[in-house]
Amino acid sequence: MNSLIPLLVAAPLAGAALLLLGGRALDRFGHWLATALAALSFGFGLALFSDLLGRDAEHRTVTKHLFSWIPVNGFQADFTFRLDQLSMTFVLLITGVGTLIHLYSVGYMAHDERRRRFFAYLNLFLAAMLLLVVADNYLLLYFGWEGVGLASYLLIGFWQHKPSAATAAKKAFIVNRVGDMGLSIAIMLMFAEFGSFAFGPILGSEGAAGGAHQASEGKLTAIGLMLLLAACGKSAQVPLQSWLGDAMEGPTPVSALIHAATMVTAGVYLITRSSAIFDLAPDAQTAVVVVGAVTLLFGAIVGCAKDDIKKALAGSTMSQIGYMVLAAGLGPIGYAFAIMHLVTHGFFKAGLFLGAGSVMHGMNDEVNMRHYGGLRKYMPVTFVTFGLGYLAIIGFPGLSGFFSKDKIIEAAFAKGGTEGWILGLCALVGAAVTAFYMTRVMVLTFFGEKRWQPDEEGNAPHPHESPKTMTVPMVLLAFGSVFAGGLFAFNDSFLKWLEPVTGHEEGNSPLAPLTVTLLTTACMLAGVALAYLVYGRSPVPVVPPVGSPLTRAARRDLLQDDFNHAVLVRPGSALTATLVYFDSRGLDGFVNGLAATIGGLSGRLRRVQNGFVRSYALSMFGGTLVLVATTLLMRSV
Amino acid sequence: MSALLSATCAVPAAGAVLTAALPAGSSESRRRATKAVALGVSAVTLVLAAVVAARFEPHGDRYQLTESYSWIRSFGITFSLGVDGIGAVLALLTAVLVPMVMLASWHDADPGPAGPDGTFENRRRTQAFFALILAVEAMVIVSFYATDVFLFYVFFEAMLIPMYFLIGGFGDRAGGPESARQRSYAAVKFLLYNLLGGLVMLAAVIGLYVVAQDQGFGTFDLPTLASAVADGKLQLSGTAEKALFLGFFFAFAVKAPLWPLHTWLPNAMGEATAGTAVLITAVVDKVGTFAMLRFCLGLFPHASKTFAPAILVLALVGIVYGALLAVGQKDIKRLVAYASISHFGFIIMGIFALTSQGQSGATLYMVNHGLSTAAWMLVAGFLISRRGSRLIADYGGVQKVAPVLAGTFLIGSLATLSLPGLAPFVSEFLVLVGTFTRYPAIGIVATFGIVLAALYALLLYQRTMTGPVKDGVRTMPDLKARELAVVAPLVALTVLLGVYPKPLTDLVNPSVNATLSQVHETDPAPAHPVAATSGGEQK
Repeated sequence: MNSLIPLLVAAPLAGAALLLLGGRALDRFGHWLATALAALSFGFGLALFSDLLGRDAEHRTVTKHLFSWIPVNGFQADFTFRLDQLSMTFVLLITGVGTLIHLYSVGYMAHDERRRRFFAYLNLFLAAMLLLVVADNYLLLYFGWEGVGLASYLLIGFWQHKPSAATAAKKAFIVNRVGDMGLSIAIMLMFAEFGSFAFGPILGSEGAAGGAHQASEGKLTAIGLMLLLAACGKSAQVPLQSWLGDAMEGPTPVSALIHAATMVTAGVYLITRSSAIFDLAPDAQTAVVVVGAVTLLFGAIVGCAKDDIKKALAGSTMSQIGYMVLAAGLGPIGYAFAIMHLVTHGFFKAGLFLGAGSVMHGMNDEVNMRHYGGLRKYMPVTFVTFGLGYLAIIGFPGLSGFFSKDKIIEAAFAKGGTEGWILGLCALVGAAVTAFYMTRVMVLTFFGEKRWQPDEEGNAPHPHESPKTMTVPMVLLAFGSVFAGGLFAFNDSFLKWLEPVTGHEEGNSPLAPLTVTLLTTACMLAGVALAYLVYGRSPVPVVPPVGSPLTRAARRDLLQDDFNHAVLVRPGSALTATLVYFDSRGLDGFVNGLAATIGGLSGRLRRVQNGFVRSYALSMFGGTLVLVATTLLMRSV
Repeated sequence: MSALLSATCAVPAAGAVLTAALPAGSSESRRRATKAVALGVSAVTLVLAAVVAARFEPHGDRYQLTESYSWIRSFGITFSLGVDGIGAVLALLTAVLVPMVMLASWHDADPGPAGPDGTFENRRRTQAFFALILAVEAMVIVSFYATDVFLFYVFFEAMLIPMYFLIGGFGDRAGGPESARQRSYAAVKFLLYNLLGGLVMLAAVIGLYVVAQDQGFGTFDLPTLASAVADGKLQLSGTAEKALFLGFFFAFAVKAPLWPLHTWLPNAMGEATAGTAVLITAVVDKVGTFAMLRFCLGLFPHASKTFAPAILVLALVGIVYGALLAVGQKDIKRLVAYASISHFGFIIMGIFALTSQGQSGATLYMVNHGLSTAAWMLVAGFLISRRGSRLIADYGGVQKVAPVLAGTFLIGSLATLSLPGLAPFVSEFLVLVGTFTRYPAIGIVATFGIVLAALYALLLYQRTMTGPVKDGVRTMPDLKARELAVVAPLVALTVLLGVYPKPLTDLVNPSVNATLSQVHETDPAPAHPVAATSGGEQK
């Protein structure tokens, strides 16, 4: 059974290679091949899952060694895979939701002349993300980690004839590289400390404590902070969040893939996987919860101000991942709930993005919600599935998001002390704001009067329901949005499944669970009501009002790009320009002077041979001098 | 005594003479015959170099397949060859790259259109170009195999001559009327820098002989000298050792090149043809870093340790400086040159970190940088030859009209920024980790290089390949079969060595150990070592 683990990665990887190298012959059915291979990988995942379920809960870690990757004295990096409850959860999410997104893309990209290449990149994305979650050491994880970065670069910039898409792709890669730097340094720290960067020896496995227990808290804090930096990059957490909004330049299925099943979840995986390190480094954990809390509010505020449906959803992703990071930073109180929210979010966010894509599909690729309105009658399936995703994300009682978000808010309070109150209140405010901006999206898109505008070529939109390949995945994801949370929460089944890997503690909450649930629900209803009052009761202006300073800042992503530009880009360009000048004038000037002297002595360097002969003659003369001088000198030393 | 090594050196040397002597002429068929002969010779050389690497027994003697012929007996100079894992790998790299360079430069040395009187400017151009390439190959391979210090010096210097003519005599067709002048300036600058380095090294070589002779070692034989130094039989005074070390190191640092001795490289790589640029950065410059490992560390262990921190700082400056300069370039080939300066910083850092990860990484880095920069630069050359401009601003949207060219260029860019899965990642990470364990601060600052590399590589890709199609690009043809035949093997090797570098590390590791033990250096031990079984079998 273990040998199925490499096949999880191999199936989509083979698809990517075939589609990229296969040429035009594959144009006709390449997209179906890619979808089939994604589904095959999901099949392998299910087989492995049933195998794990058949084992004793404490012995569900299986490894598979393939070959020695980088063997150098004292340094050992292997191609070894590990599957346990945590990676299994990710495998099923990645391949399951990933396959649905493949299927959806068959319809969505039907008219794109480079469709074969698009599916190759989708397959590559799955393969990289799967490698990331089944790697058994940090360096192999890094392989998958950067592979995800590459795949996202290719997909965000898929329409690279658009300068904005090419810029967004590059930005995503480079911001992510800053995070990757953190992961590199973390691995170097581990190697210097433990002589290894494999999971088992450092983190411990199946009851045996790992090397992390012997290391000093200072070292572990340093490792933890570097891992956090890495997580901030991939998961778009403050201060490395700036790539996420621009990444909407990619085709919509890509947004669904990045935001739901892959990429942004990688940071949460990394922190949860490294729980043994974070549990022993409280300062690093504090940094994690602060990053999570700040990002959950940051993303929510940005989400309220965007008129572009995809960017509003992007703000929401940032915010929801903030919840997960916050939970992961709480330690054993929160790990399992971070992952649970990650999975339910995977369903409803994928559904919301696919729904947004379906709306765009019917609206001549319009993304401005102020140009939507009243679409529920024209796109009933999209309306219902998007609506269920909406109810799930705002945490409407009974739906998926209700169970998972509520648990995180409870866990935040359970942190205890002032810290617990602050985190809990942040999470509650976040819940209210989430309800506000998601209701805004819902109302602007599906309700109210039509505000449709003709596109650039003057074609009026004729909204219509999308084809079956697109609606079927949306319906399936809607099922997940509705039922997954309840299923996971029933009898604490999800918690029990993950507990052997992540551990679990109850914490000591100052509030009863029921109180938290009621508060959360009240906050959610307040957010919905406010949004309805603002957007549902009076006509929505097609041209956005000027807005308050906060709104204006939020429209510009709370000035993140202005900040980066002022602090990094401008000084960086100035430095580069100075150095270019210095290199050609200062440093080189000296040498040029020398060359000119030689040239001047013997006329201008008109012909190549001349320069050569003179230089060489000069050096022979110099050589003789040197010979004599050193012989004399070395005798005397 | 097998003659395998001397055969590997002699084949390209004889091939150079043969190619040069082929009948001149402007007819297409004569040129094609010349090129075919040269390519054939380089293919035979490749087979020989591969046999050498295959015959080398990693756990056997330090130097194998040794040969020795007397040369200048009165000074103890011999024509001695021998190979260790590092030399075997680098000679093989050279032999792999030369046929690629020839194929890529297939038409670079064709004579221009006939003049008004029906004659051609230079009827021997083609012969000269291919003969010079083979001459460089022969000299570089001798340098990798030489075990006599003087023999090494002679070839180290002599390779400047063919390189000089390659740079000065053959440019790409992107330059305007100014280009001939620019080119000859670049060639003279290349020569001056390297001659200056060579002179200093000559002084040190003689100095070494003088000191050694005084103590009864009147020889230039490297293994004899190195083991005498290691056993303490040959004792250099502190000052003498430092002076000699600096003399050798200066020459190698000019060639490598190390900041701030790098300024000849952008000129040379910018003005020369793409093929010559690859010869410079991927082949000839590697002799510099190789010689640091073999001669500086082997002969002057104490001075190496003394100067290591200072050299690391220069290397670190080079990494960041080269990358920043690359970001600011407007010329594609100069950008690649500055990127190489940054990469040479990594190689030198790996060597002087004096850890086994650092040195194995540095050796792999030499190979991987050779392969990846060759792919990157040669595709850039194909691009430039199509448009007739080296300026980044003249390009845009190439991906739309020539997707295969753009795709291979992207792979070259990704290799340059050390993406995991491609060979340069393995070596770069080893260098970083090997530096970090001894000098954490330097290791961390060097890590910024990975962000900057992403910046310059992807900026170049974005500006040339994406966006709306620029006017001069609209009719650009995609890669031809010949060009694809150059790039495909390089890409395949880059991927293979990124996922499975074991064949290389197996060859290199024992030689690295031997080098480190010469310097009396061991790896820093981890604070809390854990069993590194990683759930699998131990190696």
